[in-house]
Amino acid sequence: MYPDYMAESLRKVAQTRAKRLELARKTEPVYPPMNAEERQAVLEGFHPDYEPSARRPVRVGPNKGETLTTEVSELLESHSWLRGVQVNLDKPDFETDLLIIGGGGAGCNAALIAMKEHGIRSIIATKLRMGDANSMMSQGGMQAAVSRTDSPTRHYLDAIGGGHFENKPELVRALTEDGPGVVKWLEDLGVVWDKEQDGSMKVMHGGGTSRKRMFSCRDYTGAMIMRTLMDEVRNHPDMIDIKEFMPAVELIMDDNGRCAGAILYSMDSEEFFVVKAKSTLIATGGYGRLHIRGFDTTNHYGSTGDGLVMAYRAGAKLMYMDSVQYHPTGVSFPEQIAGFLVTEAIRGAGGQPLNKEGELFVFPREPRDIEASAIIRECVQNGGGVPTPSGRVGVWLDSPLIDMLHGEGYTEKHFPAMYRQFIRYGIDITKLPMLIYPSLHYQNGGIEINERCETDIPGLYVAGEATGGLHGRNRLMGNSVLDYNVFGQRAGRYAGEYAKTVKLGKLSLAHLDSYEKELANAGVKTDLVTPVLLPSYAPKDVKKRQLLRGNNVLPGSSVLQNRLFDERPDA
Amino acid sequence: MTSVKAETTKKKSASQADGKQDVVEQSLITAYIMGKAYKVPADATIMGAIEYAGHQIIRGAGCREGYCGACATIYRLPGDYKIRTGLACMTLVEEGMTLAQIPSVPAEKAIYDIEQLKPNVTAIQQMYPSVFRCVACNTCTRSCPQGLQVMDYVQAAKRGDIATVMDLSFDCVVCGMCMLRCPAEITQPLMAIMAKRLYGRYLRQDSPELAERVKAVEGHAYDAEYAELMSMSRENLSKRYYARDTE
Repeated sequence: MYPDYMAESLRKVAQTRAKRLELARKTEPVYPPMNAEERQAVLEGFHPDYEPSARRPVRVGPNKGETLTTEVSELLESHSWLRGVQVNLDKPDFETDLLIIGGGGAGCNAALIAMKEHGIRSIIATKLRMGDANSMMSQGGMQAAVSRTDSPTRHYLDAIGGGHFENKPELVRALTEDGPGVVKWLEDLGVVWDKEQDGSMKVMHGGGTSRKRMFSCRDYTGAMIMRTLMDEVRNHPDMIDIKEFMPAVELIMDDNGRCAGAILYSMDSEEFFVVKAKSTLIATGGYGRLHIRGFDTTNHYGSTGDGLVMAYRAGAKLMYMDSVQYHPTGVSFPEQIAGFLVTEAIRGAGGQPLNKEGELFVFPREPRDIEASAIIRECVQNGGGVPTPSGRVGVWLDSPLIDMLHGEGYTEKHFPAMYRQFIRYGIDITKLPMLIYPSLHYQNGGIEINERCETDIPGLYVAGEATGGLHGRNRLMGNSVLDYNVFGQRAGRYAGEYAKTVKLGKLSLAHLDSYEKELANAGVKTDLVTPVLLPSYAPKDVKKRQLLRGNNVLPGSSVLQNRLFDERPDA
Repeated sequence: MTSVKAETTKKKSASQADGKQDVVEQSLITAYIMGKAYKVPADATIMGAIEYAGHQIIRGAGCREGYCGACATIYRLPGDYKIRTGLACMTLVEEGMTLAQIPSVPAEKAIYDIEQLKPNVTAIQQMYPSVFRCVACNTCTRSCPQGLQVMDYVQAAKRGDIATVMDLSFDCVVCGMCMLRCPAEITQPLMAIMAKRLYGRYLRQDSPELAERVKAVEGHAYDAEYAELMSMSRENLSKRYYARDTE
């Protein structure tokens, strides 16, 4: 339940509801959408990326000198777990055609397509379980231009405008043009899409969409897609070898500068394994668990940007790594679920963000960066936020409107996960609004790819959230689910094709040693060892006692040291 | 853009991210994590309590938002004989709670080619025959942290009613609690995944516009429009974008 002191504000929300319901029933927007100038002003004034300390130049690597998100620069200016001399590459522990790093949606799609189109065998190496990925967590939906009033080129325009016209056009074309085919592919694999009575696809709006093109599976969209893909992957044990709790920690190159596999690390036994692969796909997802700028995150436990740093050390260029997506509606109260995602579909279905006076202050379906910035502005500048007992702040997201607009029972049927999440804390979202605040959600940038998922490094492919360029500096809702499907498939197609022809040379980890030299030459002093693998949520006093064992001498000797970098005396 | 208020919000957010240190006055309770007593915050989730105790979870944490089923947990409360189940990320600790996470539930997934199956009782019989061992004791339903009517969908599966299995198991997160508690040793969630796939593949109503659109894309119907948009200057593209109509 909400604390008593919020009652007054809740009363105001209830008071203004009838009027706002009238607005919602009309075809015009309930609040005027921003024009280009207004968008720019709210971004520059209030988006966390624009704070002076949010970005700094990176001192090493392919993007040297470029201004990146501060935490990303720190991540890249770090030591490897390994040095070239430590590892014997002559006798690989495993050999395969295609090594897929990451067991989320992109990885599963790639393995299936490489198998179906090229008869290629793959290994999927994943840090936790298969499907432990942000792919599993998407609630609201996937965009695809299927309706007769819509078209793939209209989807293109929406996506590129939402990204502030900085998206790589060929990637946006691939995304939007492959979209309808992905809907069909998933449906034929057995994904149960929400439908209208007549069998046509049920579609909703998302932020920044000019046509209703959000497809959903209740609010378990990602879970439905991911479980279907995983089930299909597991139907082919002789072609797809799954290695769980075995994250990659470095890429392996050959003496011709091609990517030739990776070193895996067993989370259970702390052993390292050499995998030789003709082609390698990074599908490691994003970085929400780095808690950029101290924000709560909607992300999966393993979202620590591992693929970024591995690829960077090997020489792959990053794109738009100065841009972070904060989801407009993360939970602000209750404390126990702070930062959790409240699906954008709530606004797509008519939910309205309101200040403490119960008033609208922004069009509910602006693109995410605009909406999030407007919410921050309302709290920070206008004092329109409601403080929580733990010192957070939030604005209301008026969910009871949804049943009023679509009929009683709609919320429970279409948003069962949301309903469950709040009712555990005595908040019935069909009767009471949710208290929300932006939450760290998505890595807008990433490793630069082309429409074939190729990088600067032959044999290295990237797909999904780990890539940069597709979304420009702001992704629209529903385009990430489509992203991991479209580019996961493309990666499987082109990496599979490449694997059939390539002849690898002698394996090498020389790039790790030259990266170490570059760090030293640039005067970087750090004891951060990456990839991070997992965040630590131990209290500070516990971390200090844990440090006594680590002693911070041998990088890579224990996962424990890695987790504790922020607590070491020199850090 | 910073103001005092924003800073406060941030600091508290950060403190949530790396522990509970900044919360000065915190009431603590005793919880028994795998048998060992720890003092943990009274309002913590089970997952929060385990991490507060200093454990680094490797198996037993995933999405942390109730979708992935990685954090299945069994527990008892003082003076109560009942074994209870919950997702660690979603369930609050209580005074005297004794708990253990279940890192993995052993279960064998059937290997099948969906193109060779039909959405009927035969598919269930062939792939998950253990379903027919159900004694209708309802333990599965009582053990479901999602509150699903598990036994009802098992019964539906026995009748070959694939649509009902799909509907009732839709929100299953495959935490495995039902199959761990089931006296008939059925693997309910795995069967349900197959049933959902059979529904999506065979029992769905087809969308006519989807087939048309896929065909249009394959026939390069949008090549010219793409070529035009992709060759536009940023200015013109921006004009086009802000002038577009909205449904």
